[in-house]
Amino acid sequence: MPAITDAAHEQTFRRFLDAHLDQEMLRFTTAGSVDDGKSTLIGRLLHDTKSVYEDQLASIRASRVNRAGAGQVDLSLLTDGLKAEREQGITIDVAYRYFSTSKRKFIIADTPGHEQYTRNMATGASTADVAIVLIDAKAFAKLGTLLPQSRRHTYIASLLRIPHVVAAVNKMDIVDWSEELFAQISAEYTALATKLGLPSVEIIPLSALTGDNVVEPSTHMSWYSGRTLLDYLETVPLQTSSPRSEPFRFPVQLVVRPNADFRGFGGRVERGEVHPGMAVRALPSGRTTRVKSIVTFDGELKSATAPRSVTLELEDEIDLSRGEMLVAEETAEPSTATAFRAMVVWMHEAPLLPGATYLLKHTVRTVRATVRGLNYRVEVSTADHIPATQLGMNDIAEVVFDTSLPLFFDPYATNREMGAFILIDPLSNATVGAGMILAASEEAAAADAPSLSTPTSGPTLFCLPSREEAAQMLTTLAGRGVRVISLDGEKIVAAALPSVLHAVALAGVAAAVTSRSDFDLRTVDASSLIQGMSAAASWLEKSR
Amino acid sequence: MLNLADIPDTAADALNTRLNHLQALEAESLYILREAVAEFARPVMLYSIGKDSSVMLRLAQKAFYPGPIPFPLLHVDTSYKFPEMISFRDNYAKEIGAELIVHRNEQAIADGASPWKLGTQNCCGALKTRALLDALEAGGFDAAFGGARRDEEKSRAKERVYSFRDSAGQWDPKNQRPELWSLYNSRLRKGESIRVFPLSNWTELDIWLYLYSEQIPIVPLYFAEDRMAVVRGGSITLVHEGVKLLPHERPEPMRVRMRSLGCAPCTGAIRSEADTLPKIIEELITFRRSERENRAIDHDEEGSMETKKREGYF
Ligand SMILES: Nc1nc2c(ncn2[C@@H]2O[C@H](COP(=O)(O)OP(=O)(O)OP(=O)(O)O)[C@@H](O)[C@H]2O)c(=O)[nH]1
Ligand SMILES: [Mg+2]
Repeated sequence: MPAITDAAHEQTFRRFLDAHLDQEMLRFTTAGSVDDGKSTLIGRLLHDTKSVYEDQLASIRASRVNRAGAGQVDLSLLTDGLKAEREQGITIDVAYRYFSTSKRKFIIADTPGHEQYTRNMATGASTADVAIVLIDAKAFAKLGTLLPQSRRHTYIASLLRIPHVVAAVNKMDIVDWSEELFAQISAEYTALATKLGLPSVEIIPLSALTGDNVVEPSTHMSWYSGRTLLDYLETVPLQTSSPRSEPFRFPVQLVVRPNADFRGFGGRVERGEVHPGMAVRALPSGRTTRVKSIVTFDGELKSATAPRSVTLELEDEIDLSRGEMLVAEETAEPSTATAFRAMVVWMHEAPLLPGATYLLKHTVRTVRATVRGLNYRVEVSTADHIPATQLGMNDIAEVVFDTSLPLFFDPYATNREMGAFILIDPLSNATVGAGMILAASEEAAAADAPSLSTPTSGPTLFCLPSREEAAQMLTTLAGRGVRVISLDGEKIVAAALPSVLHAVALAGVAAAVTSRSDFDLRTVDASSLIQGMSAAASWLEKSR
Repeated sequence: MLNLADIPDTAADALNTRLNHLQALEAESLYILREAVAEFARPVMLYSIGKDSSVMLRLAQKAFYPGPIPFPLLHVDTSYKFPEMISFRDNYAKEIGAELIVHRNEQAIADGASPWKLGTQNCCGALKTRALLDALEAGGFDAAFGGARRDEEKSRAKERVYSFRDSAGQWDPKNQRPELWSLYNSRLRKGESIRVFPLSNWTELDIWLYLYSEQIPIVPLYFAEDRMAVVRGGSITLVHEGVKLLPHERPEPMRVRMRSLGCAPCTGAIRSEADTLPKIIEELITFRRSERENRAIDHDEEGSMETKKREGYF
């Protein structure tokens, strides 16, 4: 094959390469209400930084859809890439786009504003360094205040701890570039940001349609002397805390054991730094040893910092497998707990209910988690806390969980990767919720949930129909003589669990899989199980 | 006292522990590859022989080092691939000790499926999509790694890292699983599968920079050379056994290279002097047109890639 390098070019090229590689990478997301111009703004940003290929531009020019008006190119079509999106004129799911300037490399997530697709907005926002919250100036003028969805998304940005928020006050072209209106919007947004405690906020008046203050400074708003949006994105400081000052966290992703002579632990350094010779502790066993070497395809490393993926060889043969964790012996350990409080964003039509059990994936560890209770729900447009007994689609609440096995975590506020989790429905396998851990729960399993902790003489059923009253029914059920059976997840062979749960689902109820150890499911045969379930279901039906 | 282990690898390292952007992309990809291998019962890697596949394969070597790549490679051979691609594939798989599965839709090939006879859409449907779905089913694979990047095309820009497929292998872009942080949901029912895209966040430029800095071998067709070709419908078609010449066409030598590799009749070459990786990268920075422009299948109608993807195309 031809020469892979070229001496003549090598030197100039090396210089280019080093400069390019040295660029910082910034991830940002759009947020805001439907139709306030998020996709158009991203299109404008790509277009004006010359990041759109000519053939791509030609194809959107030729598109049958154009909402931008005569003589204008509809730049939202650069990111609204699905047929359904073009037909309906809205964004349905996140689009990821990439561009770079001489200063930085950018990964953009353009998210939907429609409330129905909040889960997709959260998907795009979860990894962002900066959130651009769009505010439609015209809509503000009409309503006299911020749209509820602008407030919602600002709240979600603060919940996900996106370090920087920039409010892009859009469509200034159709409000006569009004300084007064911008001042009103700024005042209200600043108040919201203060209330939510956002650490870094900037407000920029612009027009995605005309490009004013996006890449080029506006000629229509001489009263504004601040930065353009691109200036802001190129210069906003990125997280600067050095991994070296952070405690070391290494969740074990897999055991690498190609032959009898080598046993290593593959994983990603989630926090801090590791080097050969470092004293480490394995969780949950508590065994200590030292790191022998950091093994990579490119040779052994003298150190590895977050977020590098490496393989660690240890001095001693200790018991350690996927889902367990290595931490530095002398630094602060993560919390180890089977009960904790977390903020949860619910993303499914079927509600989250107390007593329900989900699969919970945190770092690379999957456990069963039962909802012990809801502390409060957040009214997102006002950030008020209100009592709640269940969570509907797009609701956000503080929830207390009990897990089947301990988790090793840091609060989400301290570290995203060490404090985030998702909830998976064990029946449908859908991802139904996203959570951010606040802290380990102080109280042990609550005393007001006797059905979960007190063994009764007969079998006990926790059946949770997907209805509102389910939570209270739980406790009354057993007391009223319904034949009830406890599904003890620990005792069901993993392979049989889905079919058992399926049988339960067919009977019209959902089951809570508990981890009681005082009950052996193998003593119950399947037909009596199903009978019990349908009896319970019809009892519930009658008593409604 | 000075401890040897405390001396950083390079001076730059001492000042700054931040990973450069290729290192950051690499770390993310290794994490994805490992996560999928840990959680799926039977993964496979779709190996297309192109530049993205080359990068993905190197990442797989790195993720499981010093162990071997713990899954087979699957090449869906349409019978229209350039001969240089096939020989590269066989040599390289052997060299790195990877298990290679080659699957062809023999029935359709025997029936003479071709872009001239069926049109590009239907030809791809039979020789690529159908063949791929059959191969995945035959192998009982529940996860397939693909080298697709989100910056390639606008329906790809919409895809998750873990892209869920129903039991018919289809993608439902309006109903994707939420995917927050790097917490991937690998739960499946029987017959369902997931396409895993470790290169989701890489751009075309990142791929070339990585090929260069890692010195990864690629098919020689990517480098400019004098090759026999004809200009057809505004694009340059290389002359080889799978390409039928029209009566008026007279092949002539042209200095060309491929920017993206696909089937010989449907992938155009570009005029170029770039015969080394640095030259290719320099050229890329000045390009005003996208890499998939030379792929006929993307241009049949607006949204044609999305349609293909829904049906199970990679
Ligand atoms: N006059 C004016 N119109 C704009 C501006 N920005 C966007 N629009 C128009 O507003 C409409 C909605 O724009 P989109 O970019 O699709 O809005 P979006 O926020 O992405 O909408 P969703 O993603 O569905 O939430 C389109 O008709 C745009 O042309 C602007 O600055 N000025
Ligand atoms: Mg949009």
